[in-house]
Amino acid sequence: MYQYDQYDQKMVDTRVEEFRDQVKRRLAGDLTEDQFKPLRLMNGLYLQLHAYMLRVAVPYGTMSGKQMRMLGHIARKYDRDYGHFTTRQNIQYNWIKLEDAPDILADLASVEMHAIQTSGNCIRNISSDQFAGATADEIADPRPWAELLRQWSSFHPEFSYLPRKFKFAVIASDTDRAAMRLHDIGIQLVLNEAGELGAKFFVGGGMGRTPMIAPEIRNFVPADELISYAEACLRVYNRYGRRDNKYKARIKILVHELGKDEYTRQVEEEFAHMNQLGLNPPVEELARITQYFQDPPFDKQASDDLNLSDPDFALWVDQNIAKHKQPGYAIATISLKPRGGIPGDASSAQIDLMADLAEQYSFDELRVTHSQNIVLPHVRKSDLYALWQTLDEAGLAPANLDLITDSIACPGLDYCSLANARSIPLAQKISERFADLGRQRELGELKLKISGCINACGHHHAGHIGILGVDRKGTENYQLLLGGSGAEDASLAKITGPGFTEDGVIDAIETVTDLYLEQREDGERFIDTYRRVGMARFKEAIYG
Amino acid sequence: MVDAIRLRDDDVHEEPAVSLDSFLDQANATAVRIEAGEDARQLLPFLDRLSLIEIDFPVFGDGRGYSAAQILRESGYTGELRASGDVLLDQLAYMRRCGFDAFAPDSPINFELMQQAFSRYDHVYQATSDQRGPIWRLRHG
Ligand code: HEM
Ligand code: SF4
Repeated sequence: MYQYDQYDQKMVDTRVEEFRDQVKRRLAGDLTEDQFKPLRLMNGLYLQLHAYMLRVAVPYGTMSGKQMRMLGHIARKYDRDYGHFTTRQNIQYNWIKLEDAPDILADLASVEMHAIQTSGNCIRNISSDQFAGATADEIADPRPWAELLRQWSSFHPEFSYLPRKFKFAVIASDTDRAAMRLHDIGIQLVLNEAGELGAKFFVGGGMGRTPMIAPEIRNFVPADELISYAEACLRVYNRYGRRDNKYKARIKILVHELGKDEYTRQVEEEFAHMNQLGLNPPVEELARITQYFQDPPFDKQASDDLNLSDPDFALWVDQNIAKHKQPGYAIATISLKPRGGIPGDASSAQIDLMADLAEQYSFDELRVTHSQNIVLPHVRKSDLYALWQTLDEAGLAPANLDLITDSIACPGLDYCSLANARSIPLAQKISERFADLGRQRELGELKLKISGCINACGHHHAGHIGILGVDRKGTENYQLLLGGSGAEDASLAKITGPGFTEDGVIDAIETVTDLYLEQREDGERFIDTYRRVGMARFKEAIYG
Repeated sequence: MVDAIRLRDDDVHEEPAVSLDSFLDQANATAVRIEAGEDARQLLPFLDRLSLIEIDFPVFGDGRGYSAAQILRESGYTGELRASGDVLLDQLAYMRRCGFDAFAPDSPINFELMQQAFSRYDHVYQATSDQRGPIWRLRHG
């Protein structure tokens, strides 16, 4: 894992002092709320329906046990004893007091964490593959590249007042677990013919009210030109992205309006200029960072044997364990989607427990996933049973990874001032309706994603099944969408037709899943059947 | 409008800044003001004769002026680069990093707090036109 040196530490410590001053000036009335707003946003502090919300960055979703435990401490001391893991691998607290915010940031800084640029119209936390460094299907660990970008983008003076927020994802596998192409810039690490590692750039993806899948604009950017190429992409956007209309301000609109080819041409022209300016760190810097992401000291003798005689454990292994690159080890996902629970929420006690388990069983490492779960990336297979037993006692062992109850839901009307409808209670009801694990497993991989309004924080466009809350004559109403995907087969979901009541939309989900069971051919997932059979057939089943 | 803050030692340029359009029409103007949406690159052929370029910030959240300033400095402009308009204390340090060396804010700025903002961060992560050495250079010499 990356560790701060004296410079990194000084940067976050200074930020804490700076923000403490700004809060003091705000509380003294020297700053208006309008002037204070962009400053607090750049430190992750939003004003919500009932209180301030603080979003803490978990760079590329990776943490140590100590860092995780600090997140539990913050939940206990400053919030209502829980935190909410987000779709961009961060954590949010919903009940924060402005006066406490500087102390929270100081606590975070003491474990090399921060909330810098987790909101505002700037470059946000860089997300990545939660299986990075553990999976066999990657060509390299993408996180050193993400860390290089994290440092470059932190306090970037030219790109802190962009037209709109800006999100990067970096992956290094053909299997996309990070919704890479739904980011403003998605980077996939690739090898060129000479066997050198470089970055393939996808620009202009996003969700929101105008969802788009990012097109590829460059198939290879060498490591020592990464920063100047990213600068060129951002500069064209900063200069020409729309500022007249907040809903058309994301880079996806610029790329769409200019056309991918024209945008690319402008970037290449800017890049030809910027690449001469000495903006790129030397390759030694990437090498220095990469040192921190070496494999942990795996036991080369570790056995692949697993005793599956406990049927509940066997189910969990089958559903929540992924293949590790090292024989004798496994990647374990802890589902934060218990029956009837709030997707992504964890209590401080659960957070502490996960921190302990990471130290005990996973070389002191945890990951947050974009589907709001937690991963222990390096668990010895012989430890899995003990791990599972502990998780199970703490309500952390739902065996539902990637199944219908492993849903994503935005905060919705329970917390969010922009919401049309509640998302969390709907997710809870769906989780109850489909609680039978046998039934869920029969339905197989099914990505269900719920947003309480068109801003799409719950990724409904990328759901195999998506749900969108709309306001219909003052009552909450839900539209059903089918056919989206945020993975390597990225696609945008389409609305089936008129919306439903809360119970009505759950019935409609049952109708479409029943149709899938009836229509599926060998080995087809829900999404495959949908793509083969087509929307018309599903519509007919729903609306008759 | 309050007095401009200058971080330069040379004499204040007396000629008033004209709009980009009229600058492009005149053969000998030496001071120009560009609006947020205007293309700073149009000035590149004339940098030698320019002594003052003023870049306007209609609202502090409109960040186009930061790129305009960088482009001018990257192209070798050494005259006064002045940020005008909705220029607030908390943005000054970033403006300076992008090459601004004068400020004409709509409302006055506390000089002491400004000095504090400039000296607050010992280090920077990026190379920009202010020529401060980024952290990666300190790490690798
Ligand atoms: C509760 C307060 C929240 C508010 C007011 C809010 C507001 C918004 C708005 C306005 C957008 C659209 C931005 C745009 O398209 O330019 C957006 C997008 C998004 N939000 Fe939220 N959000 C909230 C919470 C969350 C949470 C808790 C998560 C994560 C679980 C989240 C994740 C996202 C994501 C992933 C997007 C889509 C980004 C994209 O368009 O590429 N938001 N949010
Ligand atoms: S999707 Fe809408 S309702 Fe849900 S959190 Fe985002 S802005 Fe709020």
